[in-house]
Amino acid sequence: MRNTHATELLFDLSQPGRRAAQFPTSDVPDRPLGDMIPDAFRRASHDHSLPELTESDVIRHFLNLSTLNMSVDTHFYPLGSCTMKYNPKRHERMARLPGMVDLHPYQRICDQQGMLRLLHDMQEMLAEIAGLPAVSLQPAAGAQGELAALLVASAWFRSRGETRTRVIFPSSAHGTNPASAAIAGFECVQLENTSDGLVDLDELETQLDDQTAVFMITNPNTLGLFETQIESIAARVHEVGGLVYIDGANMNAIMGVTRPGDFGGDMMHFNVHKTFTGPHGAGGPGAGPIAVRSELAEFLPGPVVTRITDDDGQPHFELETPSRSIGRVRSFFGNVGILLRGYCYLRTLGREGVREAARHAVLNANYLKALLADLLPAPFGQHCMHEFVGSASNLKDDRGITAMDVAKRLLDFGFHAPTIYFPLVVPEAMMIEPTETESKATLDAFAATLHEIAEEDLEFLHQAPHAAPVSRPNDVQAARQPILLWSPDDDTAEDV
Amino acid sequence: MAYLFNTPDDIRSMLEAIGAESIEELFEQVPDHLQVEGLLDLPVGFSEPELEMHLRKLAAANCGGSSRVCLMGGGVYDHFIPAAVDEVASRGEFYTAYTPYQAEASQGSLQAFFEFQTLVCQLTGMEVSNASLYEGGTAVSEAVFMAMRVTKRYNRVVVLGSLHPEYQEVLETYLGNLSCQLDVIATPDGAADVNIVADTLDEETSCLVIQHPNVFGALEELEPLCQAAHDVGALAIVSFDPLSLGLLKTPAECGADIAVAEGQSLGIPAQYGGPFLGILACRQAHVRQMPGRLIGQTVDRNGQRCFVLNLQAREQHIRREKATSNICTNQGLLAIRATVYLSLLGRQGLVDVAELCCRKSHYAAERLGELPGFELMFSRPFFKEFTLRVQGDATEVINRAAEAGFDLGPALGRFPRLRESLGEAADQTLLVAVTEQRTREEIDRLVESLAATSEDSATPQTLTKPA
Repeated sequence: MRNTHATELLFDLSQPGRRAAQFPTSDVPDRPLGDMIPDAFRRASHDHSLPELTESDVIRHFLNLSTLNMSVDTHFYPLGSCTMKYNPKRHERMARLPGMVDLHPYQRICDQQGMLRLLHDMQEMLAEIAGLPAVSLQPAAGAQGELAALLVASAWFRSRGETRTRVIFPSSAHGTNPASAAIAGFECVQLENTSDGLVDLDELETQLDDQTAVFMITNPNTLGLFETQIESIAARVHEVGGLVYIDGANMNAIMGVTRPGDFGGDMMHFNVHKTFTGPHGAGGPGAGPIAVRSELAEFLPGPVVTRITDDDGQPHFELETPSRSIGRVRSFFGNVGILLRGYCYLRTLGREGVREAARHAVLNANYLKALLADLLPAPFGQHCMHEFVGSASNLKDDRGITAMDVAKRLLDFGFHAPTIYFPLVVPEAMMIEPTETESKATLDAFAATLHEIAEEDLEFLHQAPHAAPVSRPNDVQAARQPILLWSPDDDTAEDV
Repeated sequence: MAYLFNTPDDIRSMLEAIGAESIEELFEQVPDHLQVEGLLDLPVGFSEPELEMHLRKLAAANCGGSSRVCLMGGGVYDHFIPAAVDEVASRGEFYTAYTPYQAEASQGSLQAFFEFQTLVCQLTGMEVSNASLYEGGTAVSEAVFMAMRVTKRYNRVVVLGSLHPEYQEVLETYLGNLSCQLDVIATPDGAADVNIVADTLDEETSCLVIQHPNVFGALEELEPLCQAAHDVGALAIVSFDPLSLGLLKTPAECGADIAVAEGQSLGIPAQYGGPFLGILACRQAHVRQMPGRLIGQTVDRNGQRCFVLNLQAREQHIRREKATSNICTNQGLLAIRATVYLSLLGRQGLVDVAELCCRKSHYAAERLGELPGFELMFSRPFFKEFTLRVQGDATEVINRAAEAGFDLGPALGRFPRLRESLGEAADQTLLVAVTEQRTREEIDRLVESLAATSEDSATPQTLTKPA
């Protein structure tokens, strides 16, 4: 029943003279355009301009396109490190409330009090979950939170008359950690070893010196393990005068259970689109608020929201740029639409729900890990946190089946693939994060499917998926001769 | 408990399969003394009706665009959003998916982003567009970093003072820890003087950043400015307003090497400043220095056309510290909104919106400029937004307008970075933006109410009390 016609490119569907959006005719006195904007500034033609479509063309096109996606709403999506939990529909309705959705960022402060209260309370809740008192909601995503925090660290060191040059991180770190450190102007130092999937304290020791600015660590780490020595690690970094950054990508395992500020973190970011069910928006938007120790608060990017108690005891809210702020990391306040959804989530879960969500995320991951222990054994740790990294090495050695084959074949059964080939320390890695919003029945079905796949014909698996709209795109050709936009005389665009 | 599945029976049998006694046991890796005792100091959870009541109360304490007539600008505009945009963006298949790492499971998003890239190129005349950045401010910063890599000049960046002050701030933050000099050229006439700019640029300069229309609403002499950059081997970075391209020459025609924009005008609501959409397009020659995701067309094993994440060797998950940017999560859903919006507009719709914005803003400027105590700050041509100079404090005028049911602004005095360009008039200036949504009746009513209140405020403050 697929409607291939409607998934032709927009540009193939275009017909001269069609149009969707109609606007009222001008109701102000007519003037020649040239009187307002001289010809020298004006566009002479629209020859290569936009396609021409009707509204129903557009709707049919995009709705049919949407059906070519897997998503949390339609499929189990155990993409490790991404926390693909259910996105509550009430958040969508709340984000569209008049007064929220149409609030201009330059509206007068007295006209923003409801929004500022919400954002202030979000800062407070995140500070409590982090165990770190000062929060800036500004960063647009986790990676920008990292960059902002590293710049905060750098400003803090400068304020103490120090210029420290090095940022250290384990090899299992997300790629954003080194990328953010490089943009912030630091030298990157990668720890190569792991002992039992955890940071090797001895190796860290050899790298720490008076040039160490920040040690970045994801905890729980990307193997789904809690860094049991985190306190010693933090203590060692602090001894050489460095700061500890906690990449909060995996906060879903520990929110309400343990806090970065309590286990030695000086700074951290949250991924609101992950932990607090943003949602993920086909790749974004996210929101990456950061929380820091009080000594670092005055360097935070701003503005932040402050609460002021008036003479009559009533609170009102103001925007304030911290006194020695690194400045803005983006225009306007932040990705407020996502922060608002995160706020709704935290207010719905409440103090008990936050902890329960983490506990059930960990329960689900461990259960799935147990069901797959024979097939995709996780090389490290007895129990995992919210996710685990299984290895398809045995499958590869015994039968020639790769993690890629398994991932692609899963799609045929209606399961999104786990994250594969990351982190690199595990060969044929499959990073599986079921989240707490999945049932035992779904996890059982997923595990049974994986066992079924392991028995299938090798060639058949190499060619999977078989039921997806496309199968095994030619990435090499894409990279060798990049086609990055539609063009009218493109032959390859017609062989559908 | 909200959103959880496991019943007590499930929990028992799951723990049995795991071989654990309790959920607590699963947290054995977390040292006991690091575990939170009891519960965090968070509020008690809300049911859905309670949550909705609470949010409605908060929303009612705001005053959004639906309660007053919006003529605010400064980078966020009240353009009409067709219902079809919301309809598509509300599809769970789009908004609850993530980055399309598995191409076979993500052809919907991938094709939409490929179409987005194409539409941005059609709009700007540029040769290649990425699949989105965070917003307009970081798009400028990313473009500057890209220009430094392309020119291999890491020591100097030149920016016009008419670039949005918050974009300037972002750039200053991004360059904060690097040894790169950032020079800002003041624009006291509302736009840059090409000769001064040409004299300021040198062989060390990696790029010249120009906003057009600029933060004052005015048009810059874009072609000679781009030429001046090229004359010293620097790149011209142009921050444009997407909808202005229904009327104005494209960045490519004017010589831009990198065109960036805030895409909020393209079907994205104001939502207090975000999430918005960063646009970045450039020349084909520089594609491998681009930041962010790129979608490419290829064929699958059956020879069928399909779309994939392409040229990923630029990105952080492959190149780590050598990546062209640290961006990972981008603004996918907003790119989809913009794609739907531009598809609905089409060739003629884009022209219509641009012309309506232009005509109505000029009508408003003319009427407001005639009011006693009001004048246009600059005589430069503008597109949909202009700088008004008033007698006294601009925030007072904004307050008076608000009382009459209109939102104006921002007052430019709030931006310290604009003071050099505005001089002593800084606190007397404000922006007024007029989109296609405004009617003559609204504009007339605004003018009348400002005229009336300015007469009131001209009367003596101390009124004689009746005896």
